[in-house]
Amino acid sequence: MNLIITIIYYILVGLISVVLIYNLIKSKEWEKEVLYIIVLIPFLLRLFMLK
Amino acid sequence: MKPFVRKIVFGLLGLLLLVTSGISFYESRHLEEPVVLSEGVTQVKKLSSYFPDIAGSMNDCNLYFLEGKEPGATLCVLGGTHPEEPGGQLAAWLFAENAVMKKGRLIVVLSANRSASTATRLGGAYPPDFIINTPWGGETFRLGDRWSNPLDQWPDPEVYIHYPSGQYLAYSDSRNLNRCWPGRPNGSLTEKTCFAFMEMIRKEKVDIVIDLHEAELQYPVISTIVAHEKGQELAMFISMTLTDMEGFNMGMEFSPKNLHGLSHREIGDYSDAVSLLFEAPEPFLDATRGETTREQLLTGKDEFVMKAGKHGLLFEKIDEKGWPIDVRVGRHTSAVLQTMASWTEANPGKPLECEGVPRYAEVIAKGLGFFLRNPAQAQPGRLWYE
Repeated sequence: MNLIITIIYYILVGLISVVLIYNLIKSKEWEKEVLYIIVLIPFLLRLFMLK
Repeated sequence: MKPFVRKIVFGLLGLLLLVTSGISFYESRHLEEPVVLSEGVTQVKKLSSYFPDIAGSMNDCNLYFLEGKEPGATLCVLGGTHPEEPGGQLAAWLFAENAVMKKGRLIVVLSANRSASTATRLGGAYPPDFIINTPWGGETFRLGDRWSNPLDQWPDPEVYIHYPSGQYLAYSDSRNLNRCWPGRPNGSLTEKTCFAFMEMIRKEKVDIVIDLHEAELQYPVISTIVAHEKGQELAMFISMTLTDMEGFNMGMEFSPKNLHGLSHREIGDYSDAVSLLFEAPEPFLDATRGETTREQLLTGKDEFVMKAGKHGLLFEKIDEKGWPIDVRVGRHTSAVLQTMASWTEANPGKPLECEGVPRYAEVIAKGLGFFLRNPAQAQPGRLWYE
């Protein structure tokens, strides 16, 4: 059960990362671009299993 | 600047942050802490020797066996149950690197919860490591957390139900090694770790288990021995002798029968061993602390904790001298050595006698680092890593 939840968790983390990168590319305001990058970092760290 | 170029620049800055923080996390998780074996160490085993299911996991820690020439009792010292309490772990380190047993047997554990040593407190701004100065340079140790790393055990339950008592505990304590005793073979990593230790304690016929800890000054269980009922007489004797002979106060408390998952309760209940837990003061853990720095961790000096003391909020005194790591480690080494002496007095047929480990006054006089051995000068086969 834990393994299934963990797999779903990492899929969600990956999806959110993709959405953040998409929004970063589409954004036209530099403040939002900075925000997307800052928010993205912990998601990528978790995706690479670095803590 | 064109938007495309701006995104590239921000992206590169973000990548720089990602790489530097990633390297820091990776290095912290994989830092090798050297252990130069004392000449008294006769064998090093893995915890998985007693419970193979834990082999290959982060918590398959080293067990250092020191066997005396003359038979006697078996004492197990657990360091690193809570890796954010380095005083206990470093005291155990001094035994692994310096102790020579004359009578009886000593089993030393330096990283009882290795997984917890690889992460720091979420939102706690803990430094990832700290350095102890020695005559041959600085030795770096990881500063961990109270709980196993979520990378190794996840997700947490809504409520943690302790096995086998069924007692409800805080969800995060499902990753707390000192809330998972006696563990179970098919449980979480932390429960399996406790079960593996219980198997070792039972199979090696351990007579006494000492779990070394540190506590915040705002916590009432501090500067004390918590004893299972099997060890109350022994603990009282240790407490009185230390307080009388060594110049520091050491109290004694009974292990509550209805507080489950703790080593001082469950090891005593589920094995023949006497279980004791020692607490030393660590202002770094206090919620009212100021800056969470390496210096504060090692000196134990904190004006905000002192102010809390002036308002009567503490259960242990603190002044400008703080609670240096040498004092905290010295308390533990003396307490362990006194346990051996007091046990031997009560059980002359099963003695414990140890040489080479400094007591409280000597650790303070020479400094903890004086007793850490240089890995560059280790004999072949005598250098291990945590």
